[in-house]
Amino acid sequence: MAFQVEDYLREDKLPHIWCAGCGHGITVRALVEALAGLQIDPTSVVVTTGIGCFGKADDYLNTHCFHGTHGRALAFATGIKVVKPELTVFALMGDGDSVTIGGNHLIHAARRNVDITAIVANNQNYGMTGGQLSATTPEGSRTTTSVYGTAEPEMDLCSLVAAAGASFVARGTVYHVTQLQKIIQDAIQHKGFSFVEVVTMCPTYFGRYNWNQTLIERMNWLKENAVSKARYDKLPPEKKESAFMIGKLVEKDTEDFNTKYQRILQKAQNQG
Amino acid sequence: MSSELIKFGQGNEACAEGAFKAGARFYAGYPITPSSEIAEIASRRLPQLGGIYLQMEDELGSMAAIIGASASGVKSFTATSGPGFSLMQENLGVAIIGEVPCVVIDVQRSGPSTGLATKPAQADIMQARWGTHGDHAIVVLYPSTVQECFDLTVEAFNIAEMLRSPVILLTDEVVGHMREKFIIRDQVKVIDRKKPTGPVEKYLPYQPDEDGIPPMAAFGDKYRMRITSSTHGPDGFTNSNPVNARQMIERLYKKIMDRADEITYIKEYMVDDADILIVACGYTARVAKAAVKQLRNEGIKAGLFHPLTIWPFPEKQLKKAALDAEKILVPEMNLGQLVYEVERILKEKEVFGLHKSNGQPLFVREIVDKVKEVAK
Ligand SMILES: Cc1ncc(C[n+]2csc(CCOP(=O)(O)OP(=O)(O)O)c2C)c(N)n1
Ligand code: SF4
Repeated sequence: MAFQVEDYLREDKLPHIWCAGCGHGITVRALVEALAGLQIDPTSVVVTTGIGCFGKADDYLNTHCFHGTHGRALAFATGIKVVKPELTVFALMGDGDSVTIGGNHLIHAARRNVDITAIVANNQNYGMTGGQLSATTPEGSRTTTSVYGTAEPEMDLCSLVAAAGASFVARGTVYHVTQLQKIIQDAIQHKGFSFVEVVTMCPTYFGRYNWNQTLIERMNWLKENAVSKARYDKLPPEKKESAFMIGKLVEKDTEDFNTKYQRILQKAQNQG
Repeated sequence: MSSELIKFGQGNEACAEGAFKAGARFYAGYPITPSSEIAEIASRRLPQLGGIYLQMEDELGSMAAIIGASASGVKSFTATSGPGFSLMQENLGVAIIGEVPCVVIDVQRSGPSTGLATKPAQADIMQARWGTHGDHAIVVLYPSTVQECFDLTVEAFNIAEMLRSPVILLTDEVVGHMREKFIIRDQVKVIDRKKPTGPVEKYLPYQPDEDGIPPMAAFGDKYRMRITSSTHGPDGFTNSNPVNARQMIERLYKKIMDRADEITYIKEYMVDDADILIVACGYTARVAKAAVKQLRNEGIKAGLFHPLTIWPFPEKQLKKAALDAEKILVPEMNLGQLVYEVERILKEKEVFGLHKSNGQPLFVREIVDKVKEVAK
């Protein structure tokens, strides 16, 4: 019995609610393509979400779903995965969700190394609540709560998570969809906490206030500025300002939490 | 042959043992005095039982993790005190609207905020009732002895499983830390949540049976499970239709309130001929009982109404106990919480409060003196 892409989707819930030009649909598509590619039974998948536009993703998925609170998806996912290691567990989060309100859970999930795949749709602002400032809003950008431009520098998600000890860290974009699917597949197969940042777009808010571009031009901007690590390293300094790395940034073999915990169980039971 | 284990230990220890006996196999928490012994015991005992202990990054995460584990089919609990209990309120709401059974133990200490970090209080009585936002009902049990800590923790899990709802076990620093003889009962009644049985395609995670409670699949079952924090229809998808919203909110409320009698535990001491009825819970109920004894020796007809289930408050039971009493006294370690509930229920009676909020428990003498004062 082969699973098709449609087996992971709630087609009865489509069309989705996202705005025209929003990157969230592309990201969800990459996720279901990745699942179909790996032929994972949808009833062995749990998708946790937070609150935000991307937090609506579970509405379109035919897996087990947990729609939690803003910023806490990873903490719910942690409880699920540690007691049911046989399930494939995701946390789908926006940038507000994952790092702004939920940053504490994020760094500790990276450190704890529970085998969860975290996918963060970084659109540089809060789409759901009307385009306010996020911790990933680039310094100087205008949002509905930084009309004169923000004085705060942005957080680099991948560096943060890598520094916290994540054993798999990758970045993709909604332009590079084939690569994104592959990254998500690798993240799922990686044993331990895996982190995927998807550089995406919110034309309705962040785009309107900051881009001087059409959507097509923005896609081309992604195409030009998102480069592999090898290419990034060779770029002249002035190009590095807008460019960013995509692909796998960290991938190391580690024992995940559940594997280590097995030994703790044994020790406890032997000692009685 | 019975293999009951007689122990001499703390209320906190009895709570932990009660949880294991009820079948809890997952604990997530963040240490805080005066509850930390529960975490320490869970970290030692759960692995022996094949369960899991997780120390989370904060109480927001602790509450989230126990909900996630319970939704995956494993009975789960956490323990905390005031500051942590405040952080848990956000996701306590998820357990309520998402209908995920779990047990939260709050060993009350003196606040507000960091307050008198390790001193007792009973000032979370209203936080336990109304701490999380939005309309809701909640079950709160409050033991007063170490044995009750054990028995009511088992009961808290049973009620949680039966009603598909979080249950709060409220204790206080005195009850949590005092040592008494208690029995780890061998045979306890253990209730497990209802599981779905019908065809997989027809399963709706929030379609209630006649008792108002939907059967609960676990993540990983063949039934597709959806848990949501949003107002939802029977299918677990967001639904903002006002008729649906009303039905959902009322069902969540009624599933608890309609079965209040089944989950109500009270104790009464010399209430039948009491002229003055004392209403007290937790540690204060013990002091009040001693006060009643002393007052009776002095010829004053006092009695004690001691609710172990404090929410839903045993309204009917209190009315009955107070039928012939002229005056009511509500001593509590706070500036007045339970007293307002008692006033609401016994409108026609004279209700007095005795309030102490300085980090010290109430003393027998203080209650005796107050009774004599109001009895005049
Ligand atoms: C505790 C809490 N604070 C604030 C909100 C309001 N809120 C809902 S979504 C959101 C931000 C969403 O932004 P992001 O996570 O980046 O996702 P996006 O909508 O951009 O996809 C906020 C602030 C909330 N739901 N809960
Ligand atoms: S507001 Fe922005 S993030 Fe939300 S759906 Fe629209 S484009 Fe997407």
